[in-house]
Amino acid sequence: MAVGSEPAVLAPVAATGHGLRHQRLGIALLAALLAVAPLFLYPVFLMKVLCFALFACAFNLLIGYVGLLSFGHAAFFGTAAYAAGHAAKVWGLSPELAVLFATACSAALGLVFGWLAIRRQGIYFAMITLALAQMLYFFYLQAPFTGGEDGIQAIPRGRLLGLVDLSHDLAMYGVVLVVFLGGFLLIYRTIHSPFGQVLKAIRENEPRAVSLGYDTDRYKLAAFVLSAALSGLAGGTKAIVFQLASLTDVHWTMSGEVVLMALVGGLGTVFGPVVGAAVVVSLQNYLAGLGHWVTIVQGCIFVACVLAFRRGLVGELARLIRRPL
Amino acid sequence: MAGDDAILETEGLTKEFRGFVAVRDVALRVRRGAVHALIGPNGAGKTTCFNLLTKFLQPTAGRILFEGRDITGLRPAQVALLGIVRSFQISAVFGHLTALENVRVALQRKRGESFDFWRSEKVLERWNGRARELLDAVGIAAFADVPAAELPYGRKRALELATTIALEPRLMLLDEPTAGMGREDVGRITALIREVAKGRTVLMVEHNLAVVADLCDTITVLVRGEILAEGDYARISADPRVREAYLGSEEG
Ligand SMILES: Nc1ncnc2c1ncn2[C@@H]1O[C@H](COP(=O)(O)OP(=O)(O)OP(=O)(O)O)[C@@H](O)[C@H]1O
Ligand SMILES: [Mg+2]
Repeated sequence: MAVGSEPAVLAPVAATGHGLRHQRLGIALLAALLAVAPLFLYPVFLMKVLCFALFACAFNLLIGYVGLLSFGHAAFFGTAAYAAGHAAKVWGLSPELAVLFATACSAALGLVFGWLAIRRQGIYFAMITLALAQMLYFFYLQAPFTGGEDGIQAIPRGRLLGLVDLSHDLAMYGVVLVVFLGGFLLIYRTIHSPFGQVLKAIRENEPRAVSLGYDTDRYKLAAFVLSAALSGLAGGTKAIVFQLASLTDVHWTMSGEVVLMALVGGLGTVFGPVVGAAVVVSLQNYLAGLGHWVTIVQGCIFVACVLAFRRGLVGELARLIRRPL
Repeated sequence: MAGDDAILETEGLTKEFRGFVAVRDVALRVRRGAVHALIGPNGAGKTTCFNLLTKFLQPTAGRILFEGRDITGLRPAQVALLGIVRSFQISAVFGHLTALENVRVALQRKRGESFDFWRSEKVLERWNGRARELLDAVGIAAFADVPAAELPYGRKRALELATTIALEPRLMLLDEPTAGMGREDVGRITALIREVAKGRTVLMVEHNLAVVADLCDTITVLVRGEILAEGDYARISADPRVREAYLGSEEG
């Protein structure tokens, strides 16, 4: 219960009708910024940020808007990476079909995990998702099609719809940008849909939502599957971009990283996970020389964030300007 | 109005928590159109009874009949859809939603399920009018756009009532609607309950006996999970066993 109710307490500003204009403006700004970003930054770095940003947004849909802390989201990210890698490399599917297949795999896995975990509350929910993800990790470690410690390497980027050669980073970036914006807008719409309204009600007070006639388990499960599918979209795209699917993608530290990104940016904010992903990925890049110390530095940021910016960077900003972001 | 037509009946309703019997063999009968009070000292099992009736808890034994239909095996959301809507002992609002949105979540239930994540929430605006009416009915129309968490306590309970009525329940279960309120708020909520009870059935837990005397036509006294007495206020207040059960454990 404690974990489950946390995001409600931290949700920065109630999103009333008038606040939404700011969010729309913010989205337009973000899209414009990302469109010109390759002029200033490496496309490969940007693509990494975008894949993780989508992953973090999908994760945030659960923690921020339903109040469910999943600690096994790497399972969906990693499963999709393997599925896309296998489909593109072994079956020779085109990249869009490979990613679509990967997304479907993660959605199906989300249905199974969700069905097993959703009845549990708070910390028990987090523990079950972690346990299931760990079981899957050990399965992938042994399974013949994952390439064990090596992973699936040299996944072909292929040609989009058989036409556009994605081996050029800029072409690939265009595709990743469209995938990210598509996923981001879908999440945004979900938050501001009749379904999202019920999710927020569940986050705020689940027994009350039940007493109003909502079968909350089914709503939570639907949100879980949606989040898993979008995490899969992120993971599958990542595998195509970096031409690699490996155990790192399904490891529990990946589940931890996505928690970190959402937390740094701000739980329950629209833009927080994007900012969080950008910060964490940048740090990892710049600190790469430190080797194992990266993890420790990350841990320190985590602690500092929790202490200094309880609502995350975007969450605190939203509070400052008294508008939901 | 057939005078003793029961909307809700229980037979041998029992709930055991690991050997501790919180509710024992309760046969409750709520008349259609009545305002029925469930009173009793702290820990008597009143809230547990509510949890059983709304299926938030599964009874260890016994049956629950609503309008003659056995609802013992239903899930809580199904019970709500049949028309039994409860409020909670601790005020239960959706804190980060505005007052208007709070009521709309209940009104939204009328469109059936809301799994349509691809549709804009604009479709919910058609209930804004009705939501404002309900807020107005409980006297908090001015707070429509205020997040529920920022409302003063008495207003929160009013909002809860508006949300409950939004579902047009046939049977309302109110768990201590005036608990923790100042005298002024108690008066306002009492008047409200009297108003919304018209044409409905209300079963309420209430510690404030003045409110009970004022509102309720039937009173059931629960002590240590069992029904001790039942009747109208005059009869209950004259019952020596009730006085004894309340002595020392109740200020009223
Ligand atoms: N989930 C539970 N597990 C174990 N015991 C419980 C549970 N819920 C209630 N009880 C116990 O059952 C008894 C009745 O509790 P209940 O909350 O129904 O009392 P109440 O009449 O509503 O009291 P109050 O006037 O204080 O609200 C208490 O002794 C309580 O400790
Ligand atoms: Mg109680």
